[in-house]
Amino acid sequence: MDYVIEMLGIRKEFGSFVANDNITLQLKKGEIHALLGENGAGKSTLMNVLFGLYQPEAGEIKVNGKSVKVTDPNVANDLGIGMVHQHFMLVENFTVTENIILGNELTKSGVISIKAASKKIKELSDTYGLDVDPTAKIEDISVGMQQRVEILKTLYRNADILIFDEPTASLTPQEIKELIQIMKRLIEEGKSIILITHKLQEIMDVSDRVTVIRKGKGIGTVITAETNPNELAALMVGRQVEFKTVKGEAYPKEEALIIKDLIVTDYRGIEKVKGLNLTVRKGEILGIAGIDGNGQSELLEAITGLRKSKSGKVTINGKDVTNLKPRKVTEAGVGHIPQDRHKHGLVLDFSIGHNIALQTYYQKPISVNGIMNYDEVSKLAQKIITEFDVRTQGEDSLARSLSGGNQQKAIIGREVTRNPELLIAALPTRGLDVGAIEFIHQRLIEQRDNGKAVLLLSFELDEVMNVSDRIAVIYDGQIVDTLLPGETSEQELGLLMAGQRKNNKANKQGESKHVE
Amino acid sequence: MSNRVINILVPVISVILGLLVGAVIMLVSGYDPVKGYIALWNGIFGDAYNMGETVRQITPYLLSGLAVAFAFRTGLFNIGVEGQLIVGWFAAAYVGVAFDFPMYIHLPLAILAAAVAGGLWAFIPGLLKAKLQVHEVIVTIMMNYIALHTTNALIKVMSDGGDNTGTIHASASLKSAFFESMTDFSRLHYGIFIAIAMVVVMWFILEKTTTGFELKSVGFNQHASQYAGMNVQKNIILSMVISGVFAGLAGAMEALGTFQYASIKSGFTGIGFDGIAVALLGANTPLGIIFGATLFGALKYGALNMPNEAGIPVEIVSIVIAIIIFFVACGYVIRYFLEKTNKKKEAK
Repeated sequence: MDYVIEMLGIRKEFGSFVANDNITLQLKKGEIHALLGENGAGKSTLMNVLFGLYQPEAGEIKVNGKSVKVTDPNVANDLGIGMVHQHFMLVENFTVTENIILGNELTKSGVISIKAASKKIKELSDTYGLDVDPTAKIEDISVGMQQRVEILKTLYRNADILIFDEPTASLTPQEIKELIQIMKRLIEEGKSIILITHKLQEIMDVSDRVTVIRKGKGIGTVITAETNPNELAALMVGRQVEFKTVKGEAYPKEEALIIKDLIVTDYRGIEKVKGLNLTVRKGEILGIAGIDGNGQSELLEAITGLRKSKSGKVTINGKDVTNLKPRKVTEAGVGHIPQDRHKHGLVLDFSIGHNIALQTYYQKPISVNGIMNYDEVSKLAQKIITEFDVRTQGEDSLARSLSGGNQQKAIIGREVTRNPELLIAALPTRGLDVGAIEFIHQRLIEQRDNGKAVLLLSFELDEVMNVSDRIAVIYDGQIVDTLLPGETSEQELGLLMAGQRKNNKANKQGESKHVE
Repeated sequence: MSNRVINILVPVISVILGLLVGAVIMLVSGYDPVKGYIALWNGIFGDAYNMGETVRQITPYLLSGLAVAFAFRTGLFNIGVEGQLIVGWFAAAYVGVAFDFPMYIHLPLAILAAAVAGGLWAFIPGLLKAKLQVHEVIVTIMMNYIALHTTNALIKVMSDGGDNTGTIHASASLKSAFFESMTDFSRLHYGIFIAIAMVVVMWFILEKTTTGFELKSVGFNQHASQYAGMNVQKNIILSMVISGVFAGLAGAMEALGTFQYASIKSGFTGIGFDGIAVALLGANTPLGIIFGATLFGALKYGALNMPNEAGIPVEIVSIVIAIIIFFVACGYVIRYFLEKTNKKKEAK
């Protein structure tokens, strides 16, 4: 079998830090080859070497059997290598066509021929079943569509080898399914794909072979059909990882959160939460399952005081907190791991220590008569950094400099240590690797076992099924059903999330009523 | 290269570069750069009088620099320091002229009037920003013009058509007989102590108080601050007001110290605008502002000697001074890039 790409014994150093140490990756023609590793294992570095952004200290790159020097991304382009970046590189207020031709404009005596380009893009889109409208503006199309534009960009430049960098990180389950179809279509048309990811299920679903790297070292390449998620996780982390989060029975007690007939509008004044009812008890984890955009963000913002609700009532620990300021809600006994950790969760330009104090900075012992006691901030920071295994050079490091997983651990440490009666965790494991996910799930269950209420919002069905004691499905601003994880399936949840009620609906409803 | 080495090297190299390019300009224009720089040196350190005047010039720069930096640190661009300074100047002069109290009441009252006037002048853009999201730059620029012409009109009314408020009572003056005797009757006044005290105040507010923690947090990330239960609107207004108080005090330095009156101005004093440069030179830190204000004040005052002693026209002198400051500012740009590349390496 011929290899289209061979990266042999690649070594890349940054100062004294070795990011890639003797890594070998060989991509066969027409295969989907997964590159697996934890956050910070060196996957992106390796791909940046292939894409010509970094020069390796040692090793050889061969394309179609010929040794090449990829000195910059243009060389990679000429070699037929294209990259679909995790963070899309698109101009928001340009059209699809304008974005795709950017930097590679088709001109006729100095004038860009948009029409010709549009036509070519339309053809490409049809060939690969991408269904992209070349005249749409980027800001008007969904994240999934934007990703297809990125794919088209590489195809437009005649790429034969496509690198996908964490392509599913920001997609909904439906979009992920479609992306997998697209990838298979690309292979049919003779392309080869390198898929960077730390999601094991995706690898099992689409890839032919997997190369695993751990802490910068190449661990080896395995054939997907001959392995399983457990083995891959062990290879990636270097120890056995529990997938089925171990947890005992839940013992639900009194109600910690009661939401009655809540109506919330978004910034345009459109109703996103439409008369929602929900109850979370102490000692249970309630998972909210749903497709992004069905009112989840507005719901959580209304509970935590970040957004005013139009009508309805929110009660926390017996106290009416409807439309109270965020601090009042927090003081009513709420911990909140926000959906967007960079926007709401952290002040990125503060040290990680300051961030850990962000919810308690105004209370004794940190603040006494308006004066900050930074020794107490240090104490608290050190305690949380140790207890929650936040890997950082120290409490004075900027929050910005930490990896996503460690930022999240710091936030969870901050929220859990305050010992809130209700912990709201929104997408707590987004973008994290299995090791960190396991840790965070255990912490959520620990809170439950300590008799606290946990409200978990997640777009990942696995997570909802695994961690929750009860699952509430949100669709179009309402809870359409409440189910027990043991008595439902991903299929059933998927249908409910898509707004389709099952045939034996009446039956099911009776059951869930019984549960409540 | 370690951070400490960079910290020392950057300003030294940039001052030298600035002096060199300045020298080239003088040469090309047909003047002797050695003579020119000797004149500059003498203008700053030449005798006791010049040294006193240099420090006097530094005083308002310290405060206008603090004003700009404080707003910057909390994420606001207060370009209205000039206007806040002008109303502070007038308010202090008015209290100094209109009342006659014992010094221990009169002087603090005049200083307080300047602080309150500056604070109020900054409160308006702060309020508009917090409540209506009107950009503070636009409002403060317009407030500068309003300040200039309103105070001019008030001075005219106050003096029955004259062009200044008249001299303040001695009981409201910051004049220092001690400094006068030490510096050969320069106009150096006790205001320098107020300015330095305010440097400490700024440091204390930002680094030691809970309010400072909130102000910085809001400056960096309003969303996370709101999430953490801070009152973002209150903090925006507060930040502008504190900034305005510093600016008003800069006006008090001129009214009660240097000039002892307020007069009708045909244009802006420039001290408020130079405060932006001082703050940036000082990287918006209290210690940095002492450095920035010293450099600015010394060059501005010392340069006055260059036409007299070396015969270099004022215009050329202005260019040379601007170039030196330009290079020092560029030093921070260079450092910014150096640190950024360092950070990137760390991140990888």
